[in-house]
Amino acid sequence: MLMGYSFSDLGSILVMQGFAGLIMFSVYLLMALGLAIIFGQMGVINMAHGEFMILGAYMTYECSRLFSAYMPGLFSLYFFVAIIVSFIVPGLLGMALEWSLIRFLYKRPLDTLLATWGISLMLQQAYRSIFGAREVGVNLPEWMMGSTHLSDSIEIPINGIIVMGMTLVITAGVYLLLFRSGWGKQVRAVMQNRAMAGAVGINTERVDRMTFGLGCGIAGVAGAAFTMIGSTSPTAGQLYIVDTFLVVAFGGAQSLTGTIASAFSISQTRSILEFFLSGSMAQVIVLLSVVIILMLRPQGLFVLKVRR
Amino acid sequence: MKSLLRDRKTALFVLVLVAILAVILPLVLEPFRLNLVGKYLTYAFVALGLVLCWGDAGILSLGQGIFFGLGGYCMAMFLKLQASTPEATKIQSTPGIPDFMDWNQITTLPWFWQPFHSLAFSIVAVAAVPMLLALIIGLSMFKRRVGGTYFAIITQAIASILTILIIGQQGYTGGVNGITDLRTLNGWDIRTDHAKLILYFVTIALLLVCLGGAHFIRCSKLGRILVAMREREDRVRFSGYDVASFKTFVFCFAAAMAGIGGAMFTLQVGFMSPSFVGIVPSIEMVIYCAVGGRTSLLGVIYGTLLVNWARTSFSETMPQVWMFAMGALFVFIVVVLPGGLASLYRTYLDPYISRLLGSSSKAPVHAGREADHANG
Amino acid sequence: MQTGNEPLLSVTDLTVSFDGFRAVNDLSFSVREGELRVIIGPNGAGKTTVLDLICGRTRATSGSIRFKGTELTRLKEHEIVRAGVGRKFQNPSIYEDLTVFENLEISYPKGRGIMGSLIFRRDTAVVERVNEVARTIFLDDQLDRRAEDLSHGQKQWLELGMLLIQDPALLMLDEPVAGMTVSERVKTAALLKDIIRTRSVIVIEHDMGFVEEIAHQVTVLHQGRILSEGSMEHVKNDPRVIEVYLGH
Repeated sequence: MLMGYSFSDLGSILVMQGFAGLIMFSVYLLMALGLAIIFGQMGVINMAHGEFMILGAYMTYECSRLFSAYMPGLFSLYFFVAIIVSFIVPGLLGMALEWSLIRFLYKRPLDTLLATWGISLMLQQAYRSIFGAREVGVNLPEWMMGSTHLSDSIEIPINGIIVMGMTLVITAGVYLLLFRSGWGKQVRAVMQNRAMAGAVGINTERVDRMTFGLGCGIAGVAGAAFTMIGSTSPTAGQLYIVDTFLVVAFGGAQSLTGTIASAFSISQTRSILEFFLSGSMAQVIVLLSVVIILMLRPQGLFVLKVRR
Repeated sequence: MKSLLRDRKTALFVLVLVAILAVILPLVLEPFRLNLVGKYLTYAFVALGLVLCWGDAGILSLGQGIFFGLGGYCMAMFLKLQASTPEATKIQSTPGIPDFMDWNQITTLPWFWQPFHSLAFSIVAVAAVPMLLALIIGLSMFKRRVGGTYFAIITQAIASILTILIIGQQGYTGGVNGITDLRTLNGWDIRTDHAKLILYFVTIALLLVCLGGAHFIRCSKLGRILVAMREREDRVRFSGYDVASFKTFVFCFAAAMAGIGGAMFTLQVGFMSPSFVGIVPSIEMVIYCAVGGRTSLLGVIYGTLLVNWARTSFSETMPQVWMFAMGALFVFIVVVLPGGLASLYRTYLDPYISRLLGSSSKAPVHAGREADHANG
Repeated sequence: MQTGNEPLLSVTDLTVSFDGFRAVNDLSFSVREGELRVIIGPNGAGKTTVLDLICGRTRATSGSIRFKGTELTRLKEHEIVRAGVGRKFQNPSIYEDLTVFENLEISYPKGRGIMGSLIFRRDTAVVERVNEVARTIFLDDQLDRRAEDLSHGQKQWLELGMLLIQDPALLMLDEPVAGMTVSERVKTAALLKDIIRTRSVIVIEHDMGFVEEIAHQVTVLHQGRILSEGSMEHVKNDPRVIEVYLGH
């Protein structure tokens, strides 16, 4: 017995909160992937990353509106279209941002931090003007709202499974793109030695732009997943940049499996704690533990000793 | 000869600042506006610390709001206890404790509130509590060679955690409203126009003390070590200096100044709330510093005043434009004018002023660095 | 040359591995007082890593480094410097934004603590010492210049001067003549011969002409191990050395 729950109760709670945490896990993982790709490639932190996520969320919202207004028959499938749109639009915006601003700031990582923060403020204001200051929520098609029963006390939401599946596909795609494709080889070459990669004929500027766009696009997809756990508002993305950076750092910036493990442990711990404590205390405890661990072990939890 | 000119110029600049703040503004501004200026100036304490931390040593903290807030809360806790005498709170179910505690069904004063009955303790705590936290953060991060963007975001995370904590623990902290309804400082009513005028001058005096302290550090060898660390950390280390303790020192110094600023904020504005602690205020304090010029002590004071003045006028007339303007300001300063207003001054005004002060001989080769020192 | 005393620096069974790769493998050697030791070897032989290990920049996996009776592997970098080991980096590592004078002044071994550096004053002793060192490194007429504006060779000298002003018992130089003109090189050789009179020096160098001119003892490293050790004459004629290094 613990706090008045029996062990079988506790078991059910763990499993259900675990599945409830799946969407949070997806959002964290996708956000972290995007941030880590950009950080690994260019050594800059994109502080507007949360705003790119929210752009994806707005795109999903707009898709749901368009479908229910003009193609109600196809509404049950809109989410898949929304995923694509919420990848492409933030991706393009990201490429435009890289071209117009970021490329002038390489080698000044702290200044990039401040400049992209400025961009995030401007984006927030733009969302407020375009989509309104009000929070908006997305309607899900019928079939995604239900849940399946594993046992009497355990239910799993279907949208969680869908989002989870989408996240796995994208993560696998990123892995294949980075580690199994010719383009990925170029990206990694630039990552390791920019000057040399340029010298052997890789168009480093193009690689930078594509990578930045890819990172922002993935953040946009995270936004599509986000619509299921939170309401979309102009400033909703702002807090996610810190959480996301912690996920990336906790996993060790260079490692894909590390990022997955870290997104999983952080989202699950938080989701399970939220059942027992208030949401804000769960958040405080998780963030604080991560920060303390990072203070003691700044290279993250999942990295090997490397030559400096 | 050169240093003589420098001293003369420094003295002149400080005199101009004092004249503007202590004479001109009180004469031309109505009490409400002057109180606003006093409020802005409390942010300048943070900006001064950022000059040493970020401008000189290259350590960007995105969590200065933490220290500003802690200083402010320390002062607010003292003032709140003063305002919560058993007589003043006799309608509460537990008289003698702050009203928000009573609303949250708390019946005894928590232990960490107890020492704030003492004014002396509270005044020490205003600087000491932020310093202590900075010491812990600094030692644990700098000893492990954490810096750059990583340090920046960890400090931001701490700011975010502290805000969530303050908001969540309503019964102990006053929650999202903060600690409000502050009245007297040891029996002296801080809400009258007269009291606000006096507090305004106290703020200026403290700001000048901090300016002097920061100037002293920058003129000492420690100041040069900070700059050296920014450029070649390894070389400093292999010249026999313990880099981590120098970084921790300057971080703590900046934290203490931010705490003093926060306390003066509480006194002048009459409340303290989590909205001055979190991510957004913290990063805005960095932009005050950047606009003024991150390596110029006097520059950042003007920068702080200017940005805040612009914010107030914008939000009075067209609030929706302000966020956009603020964002654009970040981008513009970083990309086009990394040296801030001070760099404009150095390029266009300084040669002229140097001539005016009667030194046409020595070279403009060192003009930039000269002004650097002259500006503080 | 053999004095019979305990050597100034003795490295015993020193090993460091990165991800299983042994960059330095069971290395042992010693440096006597007043000795100029040159370390040569092909790229990736572990030369710079050895210096990094001695000055504490890299932590040893196992083994011991004793200097004047103190174990260095447990000390922090700044403590090792204060014990009397100076390190010059491969690329000139100086403070570009400060003047030559300020560069030397910061390196002056006084006021190294926080309080000490706050109350440090530029007294006549400091100024004289800075001037003296500046003369040694041929920069006495450049004291007011920003270090950024110096030539590459002058920057190398400045960094050397920043070490000399600390008067270390052991000086470690990573490719001190890289990027220097011929005349700068000759001057540097003379400078090193002068320095050696009061201290020991370890030099990493690729320029064999320069090595021949200055070296007392030469250690050849290959794949983290000592391939050959002895006088220049001895090393030059060692067939293994010719095979992996000199032959190319």
